Amino acid sequence: MSLLIRGGRVIDPANNVDAVQDVLIEHGKITRLGRGLETPAGVEAVDAAGKIVCPGFIDMHVHLREPGQEYKETVATGTRAAAAGGFTAVCCMANTSPVNDNGAVTDYILAKARVEGLVRVYPIGAVTKNLSGQELAELAELAESGCVAFSDDGKCVMNAGLYRRAMEYTLPFGAPIISHAEDSTLSAGGSINEGVVSTELGLPGQPTAAEDVMVARDILLAELTGAHIHIAHASTAGTVRLLRDAKARGIRVTAEVTPHHLVLTEEAVRSWDANTKMAPPLRTKRDVEALIEGLADGTIDCIATDHAPHALSEKEGEYDHAAFGIVGLETAVAVVLDRLVRGGPLPLATLIARWSRDPARLLNLPGGTLSVGAPGDVTILDLDAETTVNPSRFHSRSRNTPFGGWALRGGPWMTIVGGAITKAAAR
Amino acid sequence: MAWTRKDLLSMRELDAGEITLLVDTAASLQEIASRDIKKVPALRGKTVVNLFYESSTRTRTSFEIAGKWLSADVINFSASGSSTSKGESFIDTAKNIAAMSPDVVVVRHSSAGAADLLARELSCSIVNAGDGAHEHPTQALLDLLTIREKKGHFEGLHVAIVGDIAHSRVARSDIHGMRKLGMTVTVAGPPTLIPPFVQELGAKVSYRLEDAIGDVDVIMMLRLQQERMTAGLIPSLREYSRYWGLTLDRLAKHARPDVLIMHPGPVNRGIELSPEVADGPYSVILDQVSRGVAVRMGVLLLLAGRKAGEAA
Repeated sequence: MSLLIRGGRVIDPANNVDAVQDVLIEHGKITRLGRGLETPAGVEAVDAAGKIVCPGFIDMHVHLREPGQEYKETVATGTRAAAAGGFTAVCCMANTSPVNDNGAVTDYILAKARVEGLVRVYPIGAVTKNLSGQELAELAELAESGCVAFSDDGKCVMNAGLYRRAMEYTLPFGAPIISHAEDSTLSAGGSINEGVVSTELGLPGQPTAAEDVMVARDILLAELTGAHIHIAHASTAGTVRLLRDAKARGIRVTAEVTPHHLVLTEEAVRSWDANTKMAPPLRTKRDVEALIEGLADGTIDCIATDHAPHALSEKEGEYDHAAFGIVGLETAVAVVLDRLVRGGPLPLATLIARWSRDPARLLNLPGGTLSVGAPGDVTILDLDAETTVNPSRFHSRSRNTPFGGWALRGGPWMTIVGGAITKAAAR
Repeated sequence: MAWTRKDLLSMRELDAGEITLLVDTAASLQEIASRDIKKVPALRGKTVVNLFYESSTRTRTSFEIAGKWLSADVINFSASGSSTSKGESFIDTAKNIAAMSPDVVVVRHSSAGAADLLARELSCSIVNAGDGAHEHPTQALLDLLTIREKKGHFEGLHVAIVGDIAHSRVARSDIHGMRKLGMTVTVAGPPTLIPPFVQELGAKVSYRLEDAIGDVDVIMMLRLQQERMTAGLIPSLREYSRYWGLTLDRLAKHARPDVLIMHPGPVNRGIELSPEVADGPYSVILDQVSRGVAVRMGVLLLLAGRKAGEAA
């Protein structure tokens, strides 16, 4: 597919570009950048004046739920949600049913994505068979089949000896292991952060130490093995401190943070809305401040949604019985633009880097830049778009968001995958 | 002062005026218990549903008697052995009951927030009869009524709440209610049974029984659930009762002679309370139970008697 994007402000952190330019995509790849480009015959042109043209955003942590839990989400609905939210690629976690712990399941997901996917789909394989934490999954075959990372996300591999072997075994594959850092003996039974809110509400809490203990362990194992460990959904000030220290010592550890952990605190739980329940739980203001600081200074490498669709019936009942997790693909960019960039602590170029260049680098994915020859994946932002989050209009099959009704300024305007427009602005 | 709330969900949400109104209303209804014919027509034609998802004899019976003495039609719905065993969700069950137009639903549930959830979903009045480890407001109200009867006032009194604070909805409701009425509250127990940041609720903390009971007007002993041992929170019942059991000897040595001993029940005799203390002259445990009926009458009267249009 070919497309000319005219007159937008191009911000491409990988090339230190911030200038008004045209971007020409031909046959799915970026072929020219510059001012006043001619529109080649037969090529559609898009007027992006006043808009921000970025490398396609990559969400490296989503749950597409297929195969097995198609009532929550499918590759088709999840990638539509991704496109609507401004993402050109997603990485899908392995906790499907059956678990993506062998090449056949990876093949199935990729086949679905080829036929029904609206954005690029990169599967993440399981670390252990059936996420049981007992035996290694067939990691070499998973890598060969196209998995870009390995993770038992949703569960923590509690056996440090086995996790060390997983790190060593995957060294030749150049794909990181992604840690769901949660010591289950410390978090057991907890629905929310352990603190003043859990005490007042009488809900069992999970201490921040449940995360910090495992982040510390994984950093030590990364140091031992030389493996690249990526910490999923960092949520505590302690994690930020441990990451900063490990990076200073040259250990190969990276991390992501979710939009909800950047803008919400445990106070949101007082509503008793189970859409404030996720793993890790919403923490305190002090943790939020540390996460924002870590994201801005590069201690945290990227933003990822941990898009976790659940049916209404799994979220409407008693708080402690409700499922963990919220959807994020269709609100993430707007929430972060509105709350952290507009008049906030996060420079726009940093947000763009953390959502394109940095996830592409740490997973060795094509894209993440608008260099000539790169895939024609582009996210265009409209910083003035005013929206009110309306979950009933989500493309996702699920509606479990804490952001319903939020009025937000700024958001995705157009999503372009391989030169094809997959999402055009409403109106 | 008029009552305006649709629901009674927590002590945390009430102000001192509302708490006093509830206690005063209960006090005025208490004489019904001593009448020859224990019935007033106040809630004739009103329907009260007791929706109990946790076994409870005392609280359910108390609400049932309260409703009947006020002439309401009282229906008991116990979740065990009814539709929940067929897999119906809490919300579905509640909506079905609401479709039968009750005026008040009294709910007891093991999940914190269950009463708030119902209050949001249903248009009838909801009374929280205990939700997980969150709150149990009618228990706090009957504690307050008992204390005022025995001590004559609230302001300046000091209460020690002893035992498993972490898992206690009674402790949370008592702390909120007592603090709002000008009382001092100390919570005491082994650190594993004290919830984090409890000081931010306005309570003082003590880790030694002898210190906690030394200078107080009321000692509220809490029930110790046996499963706290298997969860690794205490080593053994034997050790717990040795260091945290209230005995006559300890009382005589450390407590004031006019101290009141309270307990929300049911009592583990020989664990948190020795039998001599539970039945002794300091104990007002049975007074609490009889005040409970008056408190629940007062609550039902204020909620069901609230005129349409007065909705908060």
